[in-house]
Amino acid sequence: MAVDFSPAALEHFKDIVARYPRKEAAMLPVLYLAQREFGHLGPEAIEYVAKLMGQPPARVHGVVSFYTMFNMKPIGRHHIQICRTLPCALGGAERITAFIKRRLGVEPGQTTPDGWFTLSEVECLASCGTAPMMQINDDYYENLTEEKVIEILDDLK
Amino acid sequence: MEKVLLRNIGVCDSHTLTVYAAHGGYAPWRTVVESMQPEQLIELVKASGLRGRGGAGFPTGTKWSFVPKDNPKPKYLVCNADESEPGTFKDRLLIEQDPHAIIEGTLMAAYAIQSHTAFIYVRGELAFGAIRLERAVEEAYQAGYIGKKIFGSNYDLDLIVHRGAGAYICGEETALLSSLEGGRGWPKVKPPFPATHGLFGCPTVVNNVETLAALPWIIEHGAAAYAAMGTEKSKGTKLFSVSGHIARPGVYELEMGYPFKKFLEEDCGGVPNGKKLKGVIPGGGSMPVLCPDEIENVKLDYESVQAAGSLLGSGGVIVMDETTCMVRAAWNIARFYAHESCGQCTPCREGCHWMEKLFHRIEHGEADGSDVDLILNISGNIMGNTICPFGDAAAMPAAAFIKKYRDEFEAHVAEKRCTVRGME
Repeated sequence: MAVDFSPAALEHFKDIVARYPRKEAAMLPVLYLAQREFGHLGPEAIEYVAKLMGQPPARVHGVVSFYTMFNMKPIGRHHIQICRTLPCALGGAERITAFIKRRLGVEPGQTTPDGWFTLSEVECLASCGTAPMMQINDDYYENLTEEKVIEILDDLK
Repeated sequence: MEKVLLRNIGVCDSHTLTVYAAHGGYAPWRTVVESMQPEQLIELVKASGLRGRGGAGFPTGTKWSFVPKDNPKPKYLVCNADESEPGTFKDRLLIEQDPHAIIEGTLMAAYAIQSHTAFIYVRGELAFGAIRLERAVEEAYQAGYIGKKIFGSNYDLDLIVHRGAGAYICGEETALLSSLEGGRGWPKVKPPFPATHGLFGCPTVVNNVETLAALPWIIEHGAAAYAAMGTEKSKGTKLFSVSGHIARPGVYELEMGYPFKKFLEEDCGGVPNGKKLKGVIPGGGSMPVLCPDEIENVKLDYESVQAAGSLLGSGGVIVMDETTCMVRAAWNIARFYAHESCGQCTPCREGCHWMEKLFHRIEHGEADGSDVDLILNISGNIMGNTICPFGDAAAMPAAAFIKKYRDEFEAHVAEKRCTVRGME
């Protein structure tokens, strides 16, 4: 299956590349753009970006697979990323993670059958003073309790 | 103490140009462009004693002076806003609440090395902060503080906000540059240093957010005023992010050399719920843990913390009370490094995962008597044997947890179970 940017995305692509002193420096922002366009960065999307950037697909694949924020597989509408690193763990992150797993019925790395939530355990998100915390899509949710988690997840549904 | 870095925090709409300028913002930038030669700026910052706040503490003015003046290639200045060190959230506060201070400092550093293209490499996860930075950069362009012929001079400068995509290692300066070149965030062998062979092989300086945010104050108040604060070798003020078992977590600005114990007990309210302190990491997850008796007379400056057997690092202070299982804490940190190793150097790529597995085995009652020493052995073989400091950052805390809480590790092994169960 071939993929293509919309005309608007193609314009945006040109703007991004024009901003940088060299085209290859635009790789990460172009991959973000592709992820927004295609939902995730599968093999076709990688081939497409490689062609746009004038680089071998293997190199683009190497970049995509290196960074945690690029999704090589489809993810749910809401991506829940719960921090598991020490400061959050000291604040009870293990209990909150177990609670979310029970409530959604999924393990980290899985998506709920209705496609609404993907759960990931991630490393330190620089929000240690308000532990435990999680990021859902672009937003931080801090000082989590079980009650707060219920409220947040219900609001997103 | 006068606040250098947190002076605008808490001011309503501190992130906007209107408020920043109303508090004197960009006047120091005008002073620099209109009345200072790049060499004068470098000398002034050297005289202030400012040292890099990303963790290594290298003198900022000296770092700038390594950039060759006669090199015909373009020069680049990069603000490192890729804050990811466990227990560190000071840069995020500045990024979100005082983006113009970071931008103003970035412009000054770029001017010092006569760069005409600067970048702010902001951590990908910090979406809100990146938007704040992008808007602030736009405002500064519109006001003429960035762009062509700044303040009517012949100096041109562009500033690009670049978002990372999720990789701890990109906080290491050469990895950051690899990432900015559009590749995997792989560190490069030093030398050559970025000052001569950095971004796309061109002279480049990478400075941390906190370092750059101090520059406008230093220009405004003078190098002597900054150097008057702190200790003989650690000048000025520093931000500390405090987390874990502490009554008042948060970001604090302290004069360098502030007593560690007093800080924890008085400023941060001590360990809550009547519990006792068991250990504290003073400089982010990469640094060796200290026992309560080791911080007795420690002062928060580079030299004093190092003399106590740890490092000031990023100033990420992680406090652990007596209920904490130190095996689980060590496992947690080891798991972080196993996850984040970039995979280039064998000792780190193999060793981090091996240590993580061994800590996991000890914590879950599956270890045998030799596993504790095996971790020390692996840690020793990673230390100093990798391209970048990541290997040391994984090795140091692992060894420190074992050396300082050995009894607890032995008890886990002997009883074949977790004997503390604090974090579960």
